[in-house]
Amino acid sequence: MATTYEKIATTTLSSSTATITFSSISSAYTDLRLVLTATASGGTKFLKFNSSATGYSNTYILGDGSSATSGRSTSYPRLDLNSQDSGSSTPSLDTVDIFSYAGSTYKTCLIESSHDLNGSGQVMREVGLWSNTAAITQIDLSVAGNTWSTGTTATLYGILKA
Amino acid sequence: MATYTLISSNVLSSSAASVTFSAIPATYTDLVLRISARSDNADYNENMLITINSTSANYSTTYLRAIGSTASSGRNSSTSSLNPVYVDANTATSNTFSSTEVYIPSYIVSQSKPISGFTTVENNSATSNIISATASLWGNSAAITTLNFAPVYGTNWLSTSSFYLYGISNA
Repeated sequence: MATTYEKIATTTLSSSTATITFSSISSAYTDLRLVLTATASGGTKFLKFNSSATGYSNTYILGDGSSATSGRSTSYPRLDLNSQDSGSSTPSLDTVDIFSYAGSTYKTCLIESSHDLNGSGQVMREVGLWSNTAAITQIDLSVAGNTWSTGTTATLYGILKA
Repeated sequence: MATYTLISSNVLSSSAASVTFSAIPATYTDLVLRISARSDNADYNENMLITINSTSANYSTTYLRAIGSTASSGRNSSTSSLNPVYVDANTATSNTFSSTEVYIPSYIVSQSKPISGFTTVENNSATSNIISATASLWGNSAAITTLNFAPVYGTNWLSTSSFYLYGISNA
């Protein structure tokens, strides 16, 4: 039996890469947790499940250092992790908790995005939904119109309730 | 090595001016702090200052918070410690201790350190209830070996305040 909190896979980029993919994800766990420490040359970071480009929605609250705002996207082709990336070499931190990923109900996520740049940047908390009953077996991480920079690290953990 | 391991803990049996985790091993990938705290400040709230490796420069934070019914965002740049992490203080409802989680990824990697924080201060009262999310940065490429936690306004953390440091390994 798997342990309660276990690494499934990890990657640290040795060169710029358009998409980080975790594939053949085992259904042996209850929940998934993704930790992404990343730099990119600008663009919005996002993920897709099972290569699907439909059925995503989210509601978020965001602080940009001057105001707190909330918003949502519905029937979206991807799940954004962070609505802003300035192209800084300072790494951002995103964590994504994906609940009951192997079940037959729609998939809910809790996303925490942190990217402070000492005078700019933002903090965001987001709930995401993938309206699909398929078990999640693949996660693709990308940056709209850009690539992940060298040194970006992504780790996928499995959490087991029993 | 286990994936999620307790490195050290400090549950206060008496009041203490600060709490320090030192000699943090470089054998993990990420660090997680879980803190339940209350200070002796004669007010409803307290700010917790976090200092890394005993340095006093290159910290910054962008915060998103709700105090009662009002949400706001702000930032502190080029500060001498990480803040703000709100915690309960001595005028808050008895027996209430704030809950805080701080996540520090890649703490031994030679780069600036992004830090995520989340704090709740709930008192079952109409005064000074706070929920706060923070994105912080320590602009220093050194590996993190020491973490210190001190109150800004009060003198001490009160007894039964608890500080837990976990290491997460992706090896």
